[in-house]
Amino acid sequence: MSLIQEAPGARLHAKPPAGIKPPASAAQRPALAWAEFDNPAAWAVAVILLIMPLIANGFFLIEIFGTTLILGIIALSLMFLAGYGGMVSLMQLTIAGFAGYMVAVLGMSGSANISLGWPWWLATPVALALATAFGTLGGALAVRTEGIYTIMITLAIGAAFYYFTNQNWAIFNGHTGINTVATPHFWGVDWRSDIPFYYVILGTAALCYFAVLYLSRAPFGLALQGVRDNPRRMAALGFNVNAHRVAAYAFASFVAALAGVLQVWNYRQISPGSVAVERCIDILIIAVVGGITRPVGPFIGAFIFVMLRTFALDFLVHVGLDGNRFRLLIGVGFLVIVFWSSDGVIGLWERWRRRATKPEMRPGGGHGHG
Amino acid sequence: MDSVAQRLSTVGAGAALELRGVTRMFGALAALTDVTITVRPGERRAVLGSNGAGKTTLFNCVTGDFPPSSGTIRFFGEDITHFPPYERIRRGLRRTYQISALFPGLTVQDNVYLACCGVSRGRFSPLRPRPNDALMHSADLLIQAVHLTSVKEQRVAELAHGQQRQLEIALALAGAPRFILFDEPAAGLSPTERRELIEILTSLPSHIGYIIIEHDMDVALRVVESVTMMHNGRIFKEGLPQEIESDPEVQELYLGGGHE
Repeated sequence: MSLIQEAPGARLHAKPPAGIKPPASAAQRPALAWAEFDNPAAWAVAVILLIMPLIANGFFLIEIFGTTLILGIIALSLMFLAGYGGMVSLMQLTIAGFAGYMVAVLGMSGSANISLGWPWWLATPVALALATAFGTLGGALAVRTEGIYTIMITLAIGAAFYYFTNQNWAIFNGHTGINTVATPHFWGVDWRSDIPFYYVILGTAALCYFAVLYLSRAPFGLALQGVRDNPRRMAALGFNVNAHRVAAYAFASFVAALAGVLQVWNYRQISPGSVAVERCIDILIIAVVGGITRPVGPFIGAFIFVMLRTFALDFLVHVGLDGNRFRLLIGVGFLVIVFWSSDGVIGLWERWRRRATKPEMRPGGGHGHG
Repeated sequence: MDSVAQRLSTVGAGAALELRGVTRMFGALAALTDVTITVRPGERRAVLGSNGAGKTTLFNCVTGDFPPSSGTIRFFGEDITHFPPYERIRRGLRRTYQISALFPGLTVQDNVYLACCGVSRGRFSPLRPRPNDALMHSADLLIQAVHLTSVKEQRVAELAHGQQRQLEIALALAGAPRFILFDEPAAGLSPTERRELIEILTSLPSHIGYIIIEHDMDVALRVVESVTMMHNGRIFKEGLPQEIESDPEVQELYLGGGHE
């Protein structure tokens, strides 16, 4: 079910041995974890991402890097909530899917009886606003609880939305979904053609990444970290803890909604399969594998996830196993990473780096938070 | 006790904090029973009593960490009984915690800056502070006031116990406090640190009143002008420090019997 969109594309393009070498950038990606402007590795990754259209063909550009960045943005919204706010939300993909559905319903698509046919410049902002409102409302429900109950409520919202889209034909067109969704076309540019679309995604991802990074040191972000560490004390300092949490959900919802719009433009269709429960869990896996203490983590996690999803299938078939077992690889990878590092790949990377540079100085604990 | 004349007189005197018949039940257990206290603005008072006397419960009721089961609480004349904690804090009430309640992952400066944000309008600001930010400046002054300037860039988890206690006080002094509840600020401090604490408390502006829970009589009696003695969730005695200290019943209960 969850492979509905990727599988055809992945198979079609992956068959010819693509002579591209992503490992060069893959090796440097974790360096972004330091995200300081004086870090040459971060600059190298930025430059590689910017000139990607010169070195990668359409398949890698959109199917690998575009998809990585889109999933990374959704996982980034979860990282913001979980890493800074201590709230694990499983509905981030649902919010993105809601935004995607709204673009398809309000804008133009092949399902003329459903879509209202608004121009993209009207449909997109309204879709973003509606999805943000949807996520904020869900957040307002979730903040009354803590820990596992937050997970349960947000999972319930995700599951409810999935079944609702499946059964509602008036707006969501049931399990068929909405196909051939129109994408923006202006200034003589088809913004869904590979290279312009790649830059749209890259620009949005950069915007979200730096916004989260910036916000983490502003009063709003600092207070959110305070709420994570000690909500009772925050209240005793004059903060309305729940209002702060709801505001965090609003921001994260907007970030997720941006990715949802890109997602529906990417596949030009959306169906209940795009918002299925296992997709929601994929986002959690991406964020945890990458690491939820820094905004770069979700993007690393998304890259690993997309690479595995795209190539594990061929690899498994190659060694004589059932290709559909690629989720097993992801699951094992997830277990290994969670077992060895509570802070995902960036945690592993930092530990390795610390050991490499200062073997005599090794603090015992992890990144005590939560 | 509840006569109109009496109520008018307390309003006239402008009580900083006025508790009337405050009771707090935990299931069938009464942690506080019918507590009535009036504290003038600027008054400094100690609350004494053995463990389980209800001192910290009293603080929790006043700050709203948990509400009283019955009774009313007024803060500068305003009924705050049903206010959430943050509304009380924004009106000038502050507290410190017996067990330091800080943000260990953040630096000293971030901790104090957060406290300053909490009682200002900028608490939701998405903009980072500029170097000349007013809140940042007041945070620096507070850090200086509690002698933590040398460690202000350090994460709180790395601080010594005494420094954490001082930071705990700094958080309570942020903004414009009118009344502070200190919950055993001297717990675990060395004699030198105790002297510093006394100095910090006595140098507070005179309009800031406080209630201090303190087992160390040397500290308590040097920083307060009145004493309330609690026992089993009730007010047992109120008076001047000398009266309380020399009271035979108190000696029996607390200074003699209640001691470890």
